[in-house]
Amino acid sequence: MFYREAGDFKTSYAEDNQTFPIKFDRFRYYAVLLVALGIIPFFINDYWANALLIPFLIYAIAAIGLNILTGYCGQVSLGTGGFMAVGAYASYKLMTAFPWMDMVSVTLLAGLITAMVGVAFGLPSLRIKGFYLAVATLAAQFFLVWMFNKVPWFYNYSASGQISAPERTMFGLAVTGPNADAWVRYLFCLFFVFVLAWLARNLTRGSIGRQWMAIRDMDIAAEIIGVNPLKAKLTAFAVSSFFVGIAGGLLFTVYLGAVEVGEAFGITKSFLVLFMIIIGGLGSLFGSFAGAAFMVLLPVVLRNFMTGTLGWESTIATHFEFVIVGGLIMFFLIVEPHGLARLWQLTKEKLRLWPFPH
Amino acid sequence: MPDQLIWAMEVTLNGLMTGVMYALVALGFVLIFKASGIFNYAQGVMALFAAMTLVGIQEGRIPFAHLINEIFGTEIHHFGWHVPALLAILLTVVVMIGFAWAVQRFIFKHLVGQEPIILFMATIGLAYFLEGVSDLMWGSEIRTLDVGLPQGINGWIDNTTFDVFGYGFFIDNLDISASIVAAILVAGLILYSQYTKNGRAMRAVADDHQAALSVGISLNYVWVLVWSLAGIVALVAGIMWGSKSGVQFSLSLIALKALPVLMLGGFTSIPGAIVGGLIIGVGEALFEFAIGPMIGGATENWFAYVLALVFLVFRPQGLFGEKIIERV
Repeated sequence: MFYREAGDFKTSYAEDNQTFPIKFDRFRYYAVLLVALGIIPFFINDYWANALLIPFLIYAIAAIGLNILTGYCGQVSLGTGGFMAVGAYASYKLMTAFPWMDMVSVTLLAGLITAMVGVAFGLPSLRIKGFYLAVATLAAQFFLVWMFNKVPWFYNYSASGQISAPERTMFGLAVTGPNADAWVRYLFCLFFVFVLAWLARNLTRGSIGRQWMAIRDMDIAAEIIGVNPLKAKLTAFAVSSFFVGIAGGLLFTVYLGAVEVGEAFGITKSFLVLFMIIIGGLGSLFGSFAGAAFMVLLPVVLRNFMTGTLGWESTIATHFEFVIVGGLIMFFLIVEPHGLARLWQLTKEKLRLWPFPH
Repeated sequence: MPDQLIWAMEVTLNGLMTGVMYALVALGFVLIFKASGIFNYAQGVMALFAAMTLVGIQEGRIPFAHLINEIFGTEIHHFGWHVPALLAILLTVVVMIGFAWAVQRFIFKHLVGQEPIILFMATIGLAYFLEGVSDLMWGSEIRTLDVGLPQGINGWIDNTTFDVFGYGFFIDNLDISASIVAAILVAGLILYSQYTKNGRAMRAVADDHQAALSVGISLNYVWVLVWSLAGIVALVAGIMWGSKSGVQFSLSLIALKALPVLMLGGFTSIPGAIVGGLIIGVGEALFEFAIGPMIGGATENWFAYVLALVFLVFRPQGLFGEKIIERV
């Protein structure tokens, strides 16, 4: 009833090939864009921006990146935190070395640098598969974090070992630094989310995306039918690291402002992003957004409930958070291994028939 | 003999001792992976949980005391008794067996037949869950664990090496006892899996699930058994690491250290876990000794992973792993 394809006729190939071929999906997409661009920027304040919206947008980018590698190409990576650190430090070095450069170029270049690092660490994936690869990506995680801690050039020889983002403006409005308005930072992140999600959507449904999926489903069979595993795996690593690097750059420049590498980009960050795509749904862009929203929202809600409503100590609330997050992950894997994206699909199936179930 | 060489020898010996510790953790991984194909990320947290439980029982702490105090406004902390070490260890073993049963009953029973990667992620969830439970039960402060193992510098080695080289080696008694315990544990495990009925069932399941099922072996029972064994291995690892550096959160991170050990040794081989542990222990100690000062130190954070990575590129199944045969 609410969701149906009936009566939605296509008369040209362009219409048939559009991103959202079903009218309902298309209108929903426009509605989301309208809310995100037309309504939220006028009502946003610092609390909402810092606690929910900006981390959601940034983690959505990271989750899409990891989903491309793990969900679409089947290469499990535990090095997301390390690659985000590359993005953050690349942004920092670019911002301090070229003060005239605008933030969009800085962030994109940081993404490209991360892509190169990602390809370097992706090379072993040609020989190493499965768990062995997952553990091998830990090498990237620990080595990169160690390197940013130990080589003073990366943090410009600052005494604290931290990096902090200098103020940069776009169109006369501060984007980074303490004076940046919430709505400017929000729109800046939204711009990247919009462009990158569009890019990911079109990559994954094009020929390269199909190659990734062929490799994921069975790499030897894919090789036999003519998919070049070298090209497919390395492009997946490159694109994924590009996304993750941009997310890391934004996390540092726009969201946190100052970063200590072990704390902000440790192994826990890798797991956080991994949880997002498991809970959201492997191999689904909608799932990346849903998972990011879920994992950003959950701690805030839990903490507000436990320390606010119940009045518990914050340490106990933190421990409970661990129990609940861990429990939820196991619960999801048991009940719905394909995540929120699959639940959404089931809902659509139901809505198609509602209110007559047969 | 030049000083450098003597120091290198001392570093190597200490590296060997650390390697034994890594191997202890890796052993738990191998047990579960062989029998059920589950790559148990939670092994390190199990060690933490076991050690915490041991300390808690020994000191007579009340489980979930903080939580109870917070909810009911009471002020309880201790039962007021002290349990002798041996009894406390036995009680902890019971707890770990109960934990193994619960894990099998509530989680992995529902995940039979899922892809390995899903199982792996479930164990990551389990690790988070168990860490939270452990903190809620016993608190998150650093605890000292003392089960009566000898500690401090070994005088005999110190004296003997001083006589031979003119320089006394510093070897911790605790490391030596850890090596002995590890050796006993491995020997016991091998004997158990070779000569007992349960051990044979375990090996049968490791070989082929369906064939084992068809000759009447209960998979459920074997899996509970394997998780219990892994829990006991985790307890031993927890006792060793806990007496060395206190029972604290960082204990759960040794699981991450055990991963490169496994990659080197191969996921399916018990001797591999031991040899891999020794190689990693010695390798990282020597690297930190020889190259570390030149590039800023703290190289043991990543050296093991990079070593394993480089090694795997040449031998993807590890040293002793079964050859990976892929069919379409």
